[in-house]
Amino acid sequence: MTEQTKVVTLEKVVVRFSGDSGDGMQLTGTIFSNLSAVLGNEISTFPDFPAEIRAPQGSLSGVSGFQVHLGSRKVFTPGDKADVLVAMNPAALKVNVNYLKPRAIVIVDTDSFRKNDLEKAQFTTDDPFAELGLTGIQLVAAPISTMVKDGLTEYGLDNKSAVRCKNMFALGLVCWLFERPLDEAMHKLQNKFAKKPAIAQANIKALTDGYNYGNNIHASVSTYRIESKKAAPGFYTDINGNKATAYGLIAAAEKAGLQLFLGSYPITPATDILQELAARKELGVKALQFEDEIAGICTAIGASFAGSLAVTSTSGPGLALKSEAIGLAVIAELPLVVIDVQRGGPSTGLPTKSEQTDLLQALYGRNGESPAVVIAASTPTDCFDAAFWAGKLAVEHMTPVILLTDSFIANGSSAWRIPDLDTYPGIKPRYVSLYNDDKPWKAYRRDPETLVRYWAIPGTPGFEHRIGGLEKDYDTSAISTEPFNHQKMVETRQAKIDGIASFIPRLEVMGDADADLLLVGWGGTFGHLCEAMETMHENGRKVALAHFRFISPLPANTAEVLAKYPKVVVAEQNNGQFANYLRSKVPGFNPYRFNRIKGQPFVVARLVEEFTKLLED
Amino acid sequence: MEAETKYQPKDYKSDQYVRWCPGCGDHAVLNCVHKAMAEQGTPPENIAVISGIGCSSRLPYYMNSYGFHTIHGRGAAIATGVKTANPALSVWLMTGDGDCLAIGGNHFIHAVRRNVDINIVLFNNKIYGLTKGQYSPTSDRGMVTKSSPYGTVEDPFIPAELALGARGNFFARTIDVDLKNTTEVISASAGHKGTSVVEVLVNCVIFNDGIHKKITDKDHRQERTIFLRHGEKMLFGRDNEHGLVLEGLKLKAVTIGQDGYTPEDILVHNAHEADITLHLMLSLMGGEDMPVALGVIRDVEAPVYDRSVEQQIAAVRAKNPTRRLHDLLMKGEVWEVK
Repeated sequence: MTEQTKVVTLEKVVVRFSGDSGDGMQLTGTIFSNLSAVLGNEISTFPDFPAEIRAPQGSLSGVSGFQVHLGSRKVFTPGDKADVLVAMNPAALKVNVNYLKPRAIVIVDTDSFRKNDLEKAQFTTDDPFAELGLTGIQLVAAPISTMVKDGLTEYGLDNKSAVRCKNMFALGLVCWLFERPLDEAMHKLQNKFAKKPAIAQANIKALTDGYNYGNNIHASVSTYRIESKKAAPGFYTDINGNKATAYGLIAAAEKAGLQLFLGSYPITPATDILQELAARKELGVKALQFEDEIAGICTAIGASFAGSLAVTSTSGPGLALKSEAIGLAVIAELPLVVIDVQRGGPSTGLPTKSEQTDLLQALYGRNGESPAVVIAASTPTDCFDAAFWAGKLAVEHMTPVILLTDSFIANGSSAWRIPDLDTYPGIKPRYVSLYNDDKPWKAYRRDPETLVRYWAIPGTPGFEHRIGGLEKDYDTSAISTEPFNHQKMVETRQAKIDGIASFIPRLEVMGDADADLLLVGWGGTFGHLCEAMETMHENGRKVALAHFRFISPLPANTAEVLAKYPKVVVAEQNNGQFANYLRSKVPGFNPYRFNRIKGQPFVVARLVEEFTKLLED
Repeated sequence: MEAETKYQPKDYKSDQYVRWCPGCGDHAVLNCVHKAMAEQGTPPENIAVISGIGCSSRLPYYMNSYGFHTIHGRGAAIATGVKTANPALSVWLMTGDGDCLAIGGNHFIHAVRRNVDINIVLFNNKIYGLTKGQYSPTSDRGMVTKSSPYGTVEDPFIPAELALGARGNFFARTIDVDLKNTTEVISASAGHKGTSVVEVLVNCVIFNDGIHKKITDKDHRQERTIFLRHGEKMLFGRDNEHGLVLEGLKLKAVTIGQDGYTPEDILVHNAHEADITLHLMLSLMGGEDMPVALGVIRDVEAPVYDRSVEQQIAAVRAKNPTRRLHDLLMKGEVWEVK
């Protein structure tokens, strides 16, 4: 108690809240990241839930975590390893031991580190810290449960309800550690428990007690100050990838003047998109749950035929079930957005973990020559723009668009400046009223430039027509099995998709123009690749990053960019699907590869190590 | 009424050559569909005819309305999407016993359960025709086909039983050779709000010729079938000399004037009865002693899915004035950076 508390100013810090599923760690983490964002920090978060709904209390499989990365400048990922860990029980300590920095501050509730708690977490000695080899950490061991109960004696709560406030005590302690004022957290608690004022007051008391405890004990740990940076002016909110996806679709429908229709079926980790859109009835969204994945996409295809901006949302196993129907949308040339929030596979695989293993399925997983647009979102907030683009391309080019996100960005969140939709490009449906050829209109008559057919929506007199899964005649639009016609239709459908390259942005390269190594990525690995590049810049390396949003078709300048750099490495969370795809599209391209398929995000330190090795080879 | 005389059956007919086999029962049903639509008077541009895969699923190409020939078994889901997206359309599903009850069974039962306002015409010829003669989920036990050379060892679905089991509110049955009643029944199904299922017993001249002969044969039809109409007595036979009575928990066919039965004993058909018990018993009749029930067996009003979806949206909008995404986002947890 004699040592004076140090205040250390940091650029970035990683905090991980971890406890039993029932300990409220998600709420704690969310409040902490939100209040930090409000104070002007950059944030990136990642929740890590157990797959089990209710694993046995105190068990290793029941640990639920929430990690937040705070920074005074741009943070791209939730961070590799934690500077601060809150471990509400021994299991939480054990599962996080590999995600701790050597001098990390570890806050534990000693009331849940008793003998039987240690046994549940499969410790064999009575000193879990020594057993895990945690010798360098700065430990804050506090009887949190007891102190919470004592502090709430006058609040008339039963024992169980009182102890449930212990997460707010821990939050108060962390707020003290980071010199965060409590007003914002109090405000959030009041909102959250608006209908239960007694619970709100109890939580606020626990929060304050936690803060004061930190202040009073003069714990010999450093407190941190993360300087706030002036972000671009505007209104901000904290958003995760799935919500951003849902909002991007709403924005696209608004811009296009179309009704938004979602046909879906619950599947981890995509269900939040269905839930968010199902709640948006005030905006006129029709988001409905159907009997299976196939019905999800088929109702969407029906809605598209009827003139809606139609969407289906799923994950890898669901995409497999939807394959045949996507083929129908390809041949019927109807607008459709298919969202695949990728998770670990094959089969049921790792439903709550993240991978990029559905790329080839999205590109090629259909019978026949069946080209579709494939795009990928790179960050939680980028899901908004990517979903907007998906809607735009689907409607303007009369094609299915598969949007790949992943569990990591779908559940991760960061601060997002609420966009001004006026700055977004317009979306113009290709209604049949735009047809102005001399020949009479037929269902598959196309715009000669874009090869896009016109959208004649049921209810429009004079444009009654029949479409379907059978091959049609290029001119008459009647069923045709004629050999030359089929060849022509196959080529036309491909050319239509390829031609979209002229309507999408060119590939931009970040970093050094004269880089010795070009990092190539796509989708949800953007943050990690970006951070790896920045770290390498700090180490004096010349590195650049080309991160792809548009995958089918590729941006028009792809080959040109890839040819510019002496060394190129394609980094992805699969066995090299994008690298192989690029090889098939760019003659002579032969990149290095970095592949990790662990169900976990990349580790920046590992990327830096591997990429540096490549430069030295 | 003007609407009823405005359109002729030919207004619903496309210029495409009809490719079904000569003598196929589907031709007759197509004509009945055209007639029923003219009777209903819905403009062709407001009709969307959806189908799956199979002989009968070719039907949309022969319509002058909007049409969508989709993929095997999924027609019910696609039709659900069309109707839910735009409830103003008259949406039809043309499907067969294989398309609807085998590969599409799940979508069928859920469409019926939801009571989405689509008109399902189920062409039941108890065989796979387009793939050239394999047994279907309505093929009778023991039926010898190309994929059951020693006879099937499974019992068939009875479409009415499946539809009623899925909480269906409209079920009718008709036969391809009876054009007048088929038109009447299809027209009635179009008028019903909610999912309607019309099972048409059709003949496949090539792979299952005569499968419904026992009841479609002119000589026996009146003896072996009963055409039910709401509010009318359940009478059948050449001179309506037979009728149905309830004895205990069973239906019984009786002859008026025999064993003391008088016309007063004969049941009156109530298609609007919510309880499915009698409708189910009527649907399951057949065999040696009982006639096969035709006509509208069940026609009950219930909440309609596509309307409920719209009503729910309207109710939320009445309470919540937010209409644009930007306003929604600004209502959430937002902070300002100046």
